Amino acid sequence: MIKYLAKRIGRSLITLVIIISVVFLLMRMMPIEGYFPNFDKMTDAQIQAGLEAQGLLDPVPVQLGRFFVNLFHGDLGVSHGYRNNVPVTEILADKVPISIQMGCLSIIVSLILGIPLGTMMARYKGKWVDKMGTLFIVFIQAVPAAVYYLMFQLYGTLLLDIPLLFDAANWKSWILPVFSMALGNIAYYAMWLRRYMVDESNKDYVRLARAKGASGNTIMFRHIFRNAFVPMVQYLPSSFLNTVIGSIYIESLYSVPGMGGLLVQVIKDNDNNMVQAIVLLYATVGVIGLLLGDIMMTVLDPRISFGTKEGGR
Amino acid sequence: MSSLTDRYMRKVEKSAEQKLQEKMDALSQRTGMSESDMFSFADYDEAEAEKTGYSNYSYWRSTLNMFMKNKGAVVMLVVMLAIIVFAVIQPYLPGQMDPNLCNMDPLTYITDRNIPPNEKYWLGTNVIGQDLWARIWAGTRNSLIIGFSVAAVEAVVGIIVGVLWGYVRKLDFLFTEIYNVLDNIPNTIILILVAYIMTPSMGTLILAMSLTRWIGMARFIRNQILIIRDRDYNLASRCLGTPTWRLIVKNLLPYLVSVIMLRMALAIPSAIGSEVFITYIGLGLPLETPGLGQLIDDGRKVMMNAAQRYQLIYPTILLSIVTISFYIVGNAFSDAADPKNHR
Repeated sequence: MIKYLAKRIGRSLITLVIIISVVFLLMRMMPIEGYFPNFDKMTDAQIQAGLEAQGLLDPVPVQLGRFFVNLFHGDLGVSHGYRNNVPVTEILADKVPISIQMGCLSIIVSLILGIPLGTMMARYKGKWVDKMGTLFIVFIQAVPAAVYYLMFQLYGTLLLDIPLLFDAANWKSWILPVFSMALGNIAYYAMWLRRYMVDESNKDYVRLARAKGASGNTIMFRHIFRNAFVPMVQYLPSSFLNTVIGSIYIESLYSVPGMGGLLVQVIKDNDNNMVQAIVLLYATVGVIGLLLGDIMMTVLDPRISFGTKEGGR
Repeated sequence: MSSLTDRYMRKVEKSAEQKLQEKMDALSQRTGMSESDMFSFADYDEAEAEKTGYSNYSYWRSTLNMFMKNKGAVVMLVVMLAIIVFAVIQPYLPGQMDPNLCNMDPLTYITDRNIPPNEKYWLGTNVIGQDLWARIWAGTRNSLIIGFSVAAVEAVVGIIVGVLWGYVRKLDFLFTEIYNVLDNIPNTIILILVAYIMTPSMGTLILAMSLTRWIGMARFIRNQILIIRDRDYNLASRCLGTPTWRLIVKNLLPYLVSVIMLRMALAIPSAIGSEVFITYIGLGLPLETPGLGQLIDDGRKVMMNAAQRYQLIYPTILLSIVTISFYIVGNAFSDAADPKNHR
């Protein structure tokens, strides 16, 4: 177990280092305008001096090494363009809490709605609940999220009679972003839970339970549900990852002052340091999400043997 | 007591006899032989004895039959083909406008902006007076080109890497480690980064989307090939000296048709979705190349004005039809192409 954990964590660390290096190298290919707040008005000499001062003329490996050293000191550079000369970490510290709140709320909503939906679909397989649910899942999966989010925003704001943009003090304006973030996960949970439960219900222990006279509901909830839910756990941390990515679009649609909207904003502002820092953060969250998912699986289900499972999902 | 048992037994026997008789009738009807024919000795006939049986099973015919049974999918297939054909021939039809032309009133030289749908502009015009009907079809065309290119790259790269990964044992460790690293990187991040770094164009978008999608395909093909590469018939083939490439193409890949087709069909909705997202971030196609994502983003900007909302609604409707039809057809085809479902 400990050996497996160490190996898995080590692999995640290597992945992170590779991602950070790749992101850093890609960023060096960016136009240099992104390092100056007022590039257009500067003379060539000023630009050279500015690049020199920021250490951008050094050989790339030296830059990369310095970047890692700074990273360990919690220094991600300063913003240019979004908020001039403010440390990136300071900006992020303002923005992260609201994204976390929204992400957690949406996951709670999607669990509360998705799990019963999947269970009902498996319980009444082939009945109208199942058919309506399948229709919903097909729609959510086939139509790009970017499109139904827009429709949700358009008709939701008209229906609830609230302003288009987010206002943290008004509880009503939380509803739409949280629910649109949850939609994808609801469909995802329902689809997989239904599939696992249908798979499980063909197994021998279910037949035994039926033979000994357990009622349909007991079998469904005490036997099948418990076994079917184990593989679902693996997706839980990853769905935190998915809300982070989904929220790039949603937060900026509703102008939520969180991390997702920030990425879109700094891309439009050509703020290289900020883009780099946010991409790093997302990659880290993603890698940790997958790591936690695998660890939770192995802890929860004693049948899974350690170390033999290669390649994650 | 005994009479009760007797009566019961008689009843059971009677119904059993009845059922047997029904079955016999059905059988003689099917084979065209009377009951006595069926239970008489067959004479020895040399011609009959030489007859060899063969199965007229054809993979593609069975796939087609299975697919045709799914009525909803057939309807969606027709819709899908109609949209593709129309998107291709639309610019050559009479009376179509240039999607990039900003229409003006010939007398007053005032741009025809935000004109609601009428006889001249079938779906109205956008904020700078371009014909929405022409733009929507040009956008569908471009989005489909992006989708098909991404699907093609995914299939080619995914199949080659997957086959190498699964078939060549020495490469397995190396590829698995590479996969573990690549799979951990969020796709959206790569998409954003590549689009951010390169100049916006169709090539950039195709590259950005293709960069990550092949990984999943390669992984799946590798797993399937690991399962079937050492089955007896492949072992026999190898012993008989079949070249490796022929083994792969003839024995292994046909097993994977359903998966490959499914992933290719799903690549199109997902490529269109990515385009919408990338356009929203401001890294999408250049203005003179309309895409469905671009049109939706243009519509989004005016959506709170009820009179201009049609500029969002029409592209959205077309995009939803395209993506849903590809999704359903892809799923139905992959079910039909799976030999396990052939009867």
